[in-house]
Amino acid sequence: MGFLHRHRGLTPYLLLAPGVVWLGLFFLVPLGFLAYQSLESGSIDFGYAFSWSWGNYWNAIRNYRGHFERSLEYAGIATVLALVVSYPVAYWIAFRGGRWKNLLLLFIVAPFFVTYLIRTLAWQTILADHGLVVRTLHHLHVLGSTGRLLNTATAVVAGITYNFLPFMALPLYVSLEQIDGRLIEAAEDLYASRWKAFLRVTLPLSLPGVVAGTLLTFIPAAGDFINAQLLGSPTNHMIGNVIQSKFLELTDYPAAASMSFVLMAAIIVAVLAYARAVGTEQLTG
Amino acid sequence: MAVEPRVAPAPAGQTGPRIVDVRLEGVTKRFDDVVAVDDLSLEIEQGSFFALLGPSGCGKTTTLRMIGGFEEPTSGTIFLGDRDVVGLPPYRRDVNTVFQSYALFPHLSIFENVAFGLRRQGAERKGLRGRVLEMLHLVELEGMERRKPRQLSGGQQQRVALARALVCSPRVLLLDEPLGALDLKLRKQMQLFLKRIQHDIGITFIHVTHDQEEAMTMADRIAVMNKGRIDQLGSPDELYERPETPFVAGFLGVSNLLPGTVAGADVVRLDDGTQVHVAAEALQGRTGRVAVGIRPEKIRIDGGDANTLPGTVSESAYVGVATQYIVETGSGRLTVYVQNVRPGAEGAAPGDRLTLSWSPDATFVVDSTEGSA
Ligand SMILES: Nc1ncnc2c1ncn2[C@@H]1O[C@H](COP(=O)(O)OP(=O)(O)OP(=O)(O)O)[C@@H](O)[C@H]1O
Ligand SMILES: [Mg+2]
Repeated sequence: MGFLHRHRGLTPYLLLAPGVVWLGLFFLVPLGFLAYQSLESGSIDFGYAFSWSWGNYWNAIRNYRGHFERSLEYAGIATVLALVVSYPVAYWIAFRGGRWKNLLLLFIVAPFFVTYLIRTLAWQTILADHGLVVRTLHHLHVLGSTGRLLNTATAVVAGITYNFLPFMALPLYVSLEQIDGRLIEAAEDLYASRWKAFLRVTLPLSLPGVVAGTLLTFIPAAGDFINAQLLGSPTNHMIGNVIQSKFLELTDYPAAASMSFVLMAAIIVAVLAYARAVGTEQLTG
Repeated sequence: MAVEPRVAPAPAGQTGPRIVDVRLEGVTKRFDDVVAVDDLSLEIEQGSFFALLGPSGCGKTTTLRMIGGFEEPTSGTIFLGDRDVVGLPPYRRDVNTVFQSYALFPHLSIFENVAFGLRRQGAERKGLRGRVLEMLHLVELEGMERRKPRQLSGGQQQRVALARALVCSPRVLLLDEPLGALDLKLRKQMQLFLKRIQHDIGITFIHVTHDQEEAMTMADRIAVMNKGRIDQLGSPDELYERPETPFVAGFLGVSNLLPGTVAGADVVRLDDGTQVHVAAEALQGRTGRVAVGIRPEKIRIDGGDANTLPGTVSESAYVGVATQYIVETGSGRLTVYVQNVRPGAEGAAPGDRLTLSWSPDATFVVDSTEGSA
């Protein structure tokens, strides 16, 4: 105790220490190892050796550019869809939920009680060629008589949207729930219609939730491979599928590692562009 | 015991027709099984500073919220000017509110907070800046327009809330305990400040408060509310000098209430047999059991007025401007304030017997307090 008393300035660092050690051991060290691996060359039979093989990166981009683009595109569309679907739900629970709030939140999280894989397999059934959804769409002539949903981009995006919905809905709910209802009354008192009050007060005040939800959805979605694997055809495969197969099936570790880094860079660029567009001032101010 | 609100005539010296800005007719608001506002009728004249005064939970906020459009009455009608506004949303009503919590928009600058209403009204861009700055000047906040609300003190935020509501030049400004969160000194300053602004711009103010001193200081007219109804409505001095119910007598200042029975056109006989003379109009046709009221500072201990009552001093306390005595009499315990006019003058001491006296004009009569709360 005497030590801490004499060195009070150290306390914050001591409190931070477990987190820093954890992050160092389980994130930074593997990341460094992955970076090392991404610059190796060789083959699984003769072994890989470090050789500054920057070519791995060029190959990744040259050969799999389409996969990268598709990943960002599907993740982007799914994020927007999740936002559009979650916002009204989160809004409704936050402002109209009353004493049912916690129960309704539980419903949002409920799918998480089932494993990811099973949830996605369930969508296989839902979107199956002779399933109710497809038959209804045929009936309504939304889909042509040979049209299908399974093994299409639509199915993959729908799957991603569904699987990541709670990541979007919960931060949205938290930020909406914090908004003081009297601010909305004040806006209406100052001649703002319901809609204007929403646009000028509720929406800006919920932006931190929008940003958090968007990042929590987009980032993992861009690296996802389960949805493309189970709900899409090979033409819908995302970069996650390639990385997964290189790592686990082809054991081409340098290629997989370099692709992971390219994906990471792409995500960082996308996130930075997004943060700029939303305006950090809005978020911190 | 329900007392009908007695709407006093317009203040003397008024010229031209009386214009009523706000009129409530038989307004009732029920929340499930709670009657928050009970068959309330009320007229508020243009340009007046009107206070709704009453204890916690008597329905002041609910009344204000119904005028603002945040609650709809269960029954009854609300007029703003000639227009029946029941059913109109807040943004279609020509009133603005200063909320107790201020409710400033945290994401907007002070300038944008004040400009909010003008922008929604579609004010011209050119004139807008000038009007906002002028209003900030009025509330003595020039130079603050770029700050965010959380960078201001409580008193400054309060003035932003005021500026934001006033800049739209509403027909009526509603203020719900706007000074509640301020410390005493700032409160006193803001009371005078609000009064001055109201006087200068001439907009009708409806000010909700549970602080009788605040209401007396600021308002031209006060409605004293009790359990969802108006007990009495009048000018501060009318309410103080001529309270009409025991509740009003007790809520505004200290009062001595002595039970008795009406025994003539201008006489009430107390229970110990003492005859008290009152002004005939103070009885207002009451008969039977009543209570006679006298304010502590209207009672003399040196005799000389028409009504007298013998008693014994049980306590005395020197409080600077006055000395307060508690005097036990055959009709109950009375509080008496005697002004300390001459230095060193000998007052009465506990145990002294003396005769209290007061004039019939200083006597008011209210319904008996027996059998009610
Ligand atoms: N939304 C509501 N739901 C249920 N009851 C309510 C609601 N609003 C007010 N009440 C009840 O109506 C009554 C009057 O409330 P109101 O807020 O008008 O009182 P007030 O005079 O403003 O009191 P205070 O001085 O404490 O602010 C109270 O009994 C209160 O509990
Ligand atoms: Mg209130």
